[in-house]
Amino acid sequence: MNRVVWRRWKSRIMVSLLIASVLVAVAPLILILGTLIIRGAGSINFDFFTRMPAPAGEAGGGVAHAIVGTLLMVGTAGLIGLPLGIGAGVFCSEFPRSKLATTARFVADVMNGTPSIVIGVVAWTLIVARQKHFSGFAGSAALAMIMIPMVLRTTEEMIKLVPHSLREAALALGYPRWRTSLSVMVRTCLPGIVTGSLLAIARVAGETAPLLFTALGSQFMGTNLRQPIAALPLTVFTYATGPYDDWHRIAWATALVLIMVVLCLSLIARLATRQRFHD
Amino acid sequence: MEGRSAGDVIFKIALTGAALSVPTLLGFLVFELWAGSRLAIAKYGLGFVTGTTWDPVAEDFGALPLIFGTLVSASIALAIAVPLSLGVAIYLTEFSPKWLRQPVAFLIELLAAIPSVVYGLWGIFVLVPVLKSTVFPFLRDTLGFLPFFQGPIYGNSMLAAGIILAIMVMPYIMSVSREVLNAVPASQREAAMGLGATRWEAAWTAVVPYARSGIIGAVILGLGRALGETMAVTMLIGNRNEIAASLFAPGYTMAAVIANEFSEATTDMHFAALTYVALVLFAVTVLVNAMARLLIWRVGRGKPSGGQGA
Repeated sequence: MNRVVWRRWKSRIMVSLLIASVLVAVAPLILILGTLIIRGAGSINFDFFTRMPAPAGEAGGGVAHAIVGTLLMVGTAGLIGLPLGIGAGVFCSEFPRSKLATTARFVADVMNGTPSIVIGVVAWTLIVARQKHFSGFAGSAALAMIMIPMVLRTTEEMIKLVPHSLREAALALGYPRWRTSLSVMVRTCLPGIVTGSLLAIARVAGETAPLLFTALGSQFMGTNLRQPIAALPLTVFTYATGPYDDWHRIAWATALVLIMVVLCLSLIARLATRQRFHD
Repeated sequence: MEGRSAGDVIFKIALTGAALSVPTLLGFLVFELWAGSRLAIAKYGLGFVTGTTWDPVAEDFGALPLIFGTLVSASIALAIAVPLSLGVAIYLTEFSPKWLRQPVAFLIELLAAIPSVVYGLWGIFVLVPVLKSTVFPFLRDTLGFLPFFQGPIYGNSMLAAGIILAIMVMPYIMSVSREVLNAVPASQREAAMGLGATRWEAAWTAVVPYARSGIIGAVILGLGRALGETMAVTMLIGNRNEIAASLFAPGYTMAAVIANEFSEATTDMHFAALTYVALVLFAVTVLVNAMARLLIWRVGRGKPSGGQGA
């Protein structure tokens, strides 16, 4: 009997350890978000979004240049990356057994696991080294390279969820293949594809490593992608590692803005998919 | 029925073009990494990975301390993250009330959405001061007989980088292990309980072993993330190019050296050496990820790995 009692106790002890691990695992998220709000929120005001950075030592100023830079660069990356990624994803679901689809799928998995700093090096040798100057466009190219394989995988997964009978019905009604694919298959899972795209945008909006030596960052307002350009994550990095307290304050506020953008995008994306596919 | 419509032909061409872009990109990636590091490959060959000096001025490069730092920081991360994420995954699949599952998993997965640079910022101003003032001295006093916990205490150190990496890879290991544990047939649990096992015994002896290869896959996937993580590590590891036994000492990783030096490199050989480092990093992560995928895929196909499923 003693043994049974011990086994019950062991079960209880292990379950409490498991609960403890849940608490420890959730703690960092709360700590990180909490610190961001406490240290960052005070510096966020209208000026922060509309003004340029103040010279070192002066209070005030904002990060308008970095907001514009991130919008431009991520936007351009999306214009390049989303059509290619979605197109490749549709290809993989339309011709799932073709050699090209198998290869593309495998390559996408390889590239999804590739560290983003390596992508940055490649964008540098491909574009910056050839043009002999840093540019926002090189940054966009690096971000697009990260997006394409991600979007390919999510698009294909989403189309896979559409029942095969829909395709058969459309074909039986005499729809050509392209219309079956676009206005039946893709149309049906469009929210899912949008979600995948939003997640990809959220992911690259927070990327710093591939921009370090492509977009480089800048202290000035710039809208020209052929020049070095500022970005929110780069600003966080520069200001966090700089020596001034004012800079650290700006780093916290910028990080808060960045994380709001990223979390909002992921939240919208997750909630949208859950409603569509899990209930 | 008379042949294929023009729309179909255009459709297929456009899609094929998009699909071709993916292998083409990988081709560019491999070629550019190889071409960019040609100079360094010609000079050092494979000896690059055993050389211990990294001196851009004298143009003498070796990557051993970088590889060491990458492996050590990733190992610390796994040592902390694996028990935690497995604990969460087991709790959520086997024990937790149903209403708690989604919210907890969601909160932890949100960690994966936080940009690396924000982890770095938090690490510099919150984590490192706490570690330096309380945690590290405590470790030195209690575990100081081990060589890992001796010597002077630096804030920015291998251990600080390992801890931040642990937080960063936890969501990946947790969510994949959870999927794998969910895929274990209910009959495994029922059989164990039917034999009189407690709930913990059922989970630990019947469910976890069944999912073992998938869990190992999840861990290796986390390893892949940890190896290539750049910004947070660069901001916390101290960036010193040496091999030290103490985890309180600063170190350096492959990704961090690229992040720090690439935009400031001036000589061709320096660029080539950095690109060579990127090539090595790429090769390692591809190997690690391929292994992980293979293991996860085996569980997905329903092949138990723990002996005869128990």
